[in-house]
Amino acid sequence: MSNETLSERAIIQSRVEKSLRRRHARETRFRLFGLGAVMAGLAFVALLFISILVRGLPAFWQSAITVDVFFDPAVIQVDPQPVFQTGESPQAFREREIAWQSQLTMVNWNRIMENSIIALKPELEKQRRDVRALFTSSERFRLRDMVIEDTSLIGKTVKLDLLADANVDVWVRGNIDRSLPDSQQQLRAPVRDLADALKAEGVLNIKFATPLFTNPDSRSSPAAAGLAGAFMGSLFMMMIVIFLAVPVGVASAVYLEEFAPRNRFTDLIEVNINNLAAVPSIVFGLLGAAIFINWFRLPLSAPLVGGLVLSLMTLPTVIIATRAALKAVPPSIRQAALALGASKVQMVFHQVLPLAIPGVLTGAIIGVAQALGETAPLLLIGMNAFVANIPATPFEQSTALPVQIYLWQGNELRNFFEARTSAAIIVLLSMMISLNALAILLRKKFERRW
Amino acid sequence: MSNLTLIAILLMLMAVAYQMGLMRSRAVARGSSERMHSRPGYYGWLVALWCGLPALLVFLIWSAVEPSVIRAVVLSELPPEMANLTAQQITVLMRRLNDIASGFGVAGDIAPYEAAAADALSRLRNIGQLAKISVMASLALAGLVVARRRIQAGLRARNHVEKVVSVLLALCSGVAILTTVGIVFSMFGEAMHFFSFVSPIDFFFGTTWNPRFSTTGAGGQGEFGLLPLLWGTLMVSFIALLVAVPIGLMTAIYMAEYAPSWLRSVAKPVIEVLAGIPTIVYGVFALLVIGPFFASVGNMLGIQIRATSALTAGFVMGVMIIPFVSSLSDDIITQVPQSLRDGSLGLGATKSETIRQVVLPAALPGIVGAFLLAASRAIGETMIVVLAAGNSPVLHANPLEAVSTVTVTIVNQLTGDTDFASPQSLVAFALGLTLFVITLGLNVVALYIVRKYREQYD
Repeated sequence: MSNETLSERAIIQSRVEKSLRRRHARETRFRLFGLGAVMAGLAFVALLFISILVRGLPAFWQSAITVDVFFDPAVIQVDPQPVFQTGESPQAFREREIAWQSQLTMVNWNRIMENSIIALKPELEKQRRDVRALFTSSERFRLRDMVIEDTSLIGKTVKLDLLADANVDVWVRGNIDRSLPDSQQQLRAPVRDLADALKAEGVLNIKFATPLFTNPDSRSSPAAAGLAGAFMGSLFMMMIVIFLAVPVGVASAVYLEEFAPRNRFTDLIEVNINNLAAVPSIVFGLLGAAIFINWFRLPLSAPLVGGLVLSLMTLPTVIIATRAALKAVPPSIRQAALALGASKVQMVFHQVLPLAIPGVLTGAIIGVAQALGETAPLLLIGMNAFVANIPATPFEQSTALPVQIYLWQGNELRNFFEARTSAAIIVLLSMMISLNALAILLRKKFERRW
Repeated sequence: MSNLTLIAILLMLMAVAYQMGLMRSRAVARGSSERMHSRPGYYGWLVALWCGLPALLVFLIWSAVEPSVIRAVVLSELPPEMANLTAQQITVLMRRLNDIASGFGVAGDIAPYEAAAADALSRLRNIGQLAKISVMASLALAGLVVARRRIQAGLRARNHVEKVVSVLLALCSGVAILTTVGIVFSMFGEAMHFFSFVSPIDFFFGTTWNPRFSTTGAGGQGEFGLLPLLWGTLMVSFIALLVAVPIGLMTAIYMAEYAPSWLRSVAKPVIEVLAGIPTIVYGVFALLVIGPFFASVGNMLGIQIRATSALTAGFVMGVMIIPFVSSLSDDIITQVPQSLRDGSLGLGATKSETIRQVVLPAALPGIVGAFLLAASRAIGETMIVVLAAGNSPVLHANPLEAVSTVTVTIVNQLTGDTDFASPQSLVAFALGLTLFVITLGLNVVALYIVRKYREQYD
């Protein structure tokens, strides 16, 4: 009998052990799954950032041709710059000035640029067309503007970094397959050879791409296309969000949290705000198109309208964050203030709100960052128009950084603009990361545990 | 004088009024034996508000009404043969008059009636401007003087100021309501306009999307079937959830139950970075990295996978919503009372058995709510699908092919187009309304579930 029980026990024990082993194996598997999921999430973040950095960083440098440019008086044949004469009406003077400037625009600046290369390589006199193809077309306006600034340049020689054409840049840096047949190359064979020769001689160099930060977008001259216009547009919109969404959002959060009576109307507002926070951003774009543009007739493509739309969109974010910050202030503070004879408004504005400021700021910054990265609603109010100058006021046409990314990714000159797109993304992301870092810093520095 | 300078001057006047109120209240306090009711600052504020608010109100009403009044007057003075212009012609004419009146100059000769009307326009504008400024100035000064004179020891300045403050706060919270009303009305109005061209049945149950171009005019109405777009939306969102739900949920479980605190403090913020990245960045990422990767994988396996397809867009969108799922689920899992876990562990269950059989069922409603919120986020997402879904509004079940979604079509139909007269652009509002209703419904259900669940353990 005892033998039987023993063997039965052994059987049971081995069964238990087996099942335990199985269960523990399952436990390990489950845990590994979890770890795998976390790792997958981290891997996506890494992949995203690495792929963008790898693509975008090279675009912060681009080819420039360093030459001595001779402002040849034989080519620049213009009247002397008009001087304001006493007794002349300002309008007449302005007209004379414009006439002089258009005369300057007619100057054959290309010839001056070509001459600067031919001075180095006289044998190229016959191939002016190939030499011209080295430079991006907007550089001639740069030369013109230099002369308008300072007419004494005429007759002088200046050492300049002239931007190379986008196709030259692509070729020199090997962003196009060099073994492709001529028919598939973007540059003619002589230009390619010339570019290579200049590179070897150190005339053509890879320099930091300042135009990326100082120029607006450009279509005729892709190498000179920059983010300055889009940046100003985004800046205007962020200002509008800061001056509109943040005060209104904080005020309504204060009202809802501290003053609002508990009734149906307050409940309605609350449900409303929660739902607004989840409305797809593109719906706000439709709202902007219908109300601000079609009804109020505000200008199309203006940062003003974009800022208004983004303000409405970020309002719920600011309200929710501010309410959370107000809620975190312990009731004892409120009771103490009231007990000392403060009125409700005094209690809120002198005690509660100052204590909630770090949280409010964090919410505001997160809202602004959200507005900075938003694209879809801006497309519907015409901010995807091509704008070739830097807007000076929020009423002028403009794009925004994310919209500029959208426009550049669709550019046909792929092997040049793919890198520029990623560079623009790096600029946008670094702005957003610094905003978020600021928010975290504020929270860390001023966070109070009660 | 531009409106901005006007407001700036008004603000400066208010600052002066504040100072005057302050000084006056101090003088009164010195002069009388009675104790002042409020602190001096409140008297200053009261005077400033009396000075500024009425003038500001007049300014707002005036600015809202003036343009249409002037327009009506100018139009009524036009010669009688111009009476039956269409709305379009009137718009053009008014723009012309504006340009003449502002001295900008216009193309072509200026007809005598145009010159007269432009003259009237600029005259009326000048009169209006002067009248506005004088009304505002007199109101501001009157308010200042009256309020300053009323300052006495017994004046309950603080209560008055606080009343104004709380009314202002309430008005601000009304902006949120106004936004919703604006959304609903603009969507509804324009969608109704659209339904006057296309019957709702054709729109909601049509299986073909072929809007044609509005410029072709006589080329026919085009077909506006919603179903292919809705199907594309659902397919992309489903793929996104297929990616985000397992990864997000497992991340949440691991973070809440297993992860050592150092890993939690590092990994959680890093994964939440995914939520802060602009969607256009995801779109470009899908287009440049994920799409070509899928296409080459397809090549290796011998299947045709398009670089821009429902799969690409859905996958990247899934990556985007991982942090939504994980942080919401994390919150909900940590809310499950510890006693439930202890009971299960005490009975001999392993940790994973506890999680699967006790914690998750207890947290299920909340997690479902989180999924619904993630789904509504996916349905409303725009830029990823614009760039990576391929835009082909055809009904088919193959996720490896290009699709189009509701949001993409809104962008395509309305981008840069402000002519709100053709069904081709108006359809964007019908689509927007559909989108709004779907996401609103999902959110209401999700919030209801989450809230209901919270009550259980509170």
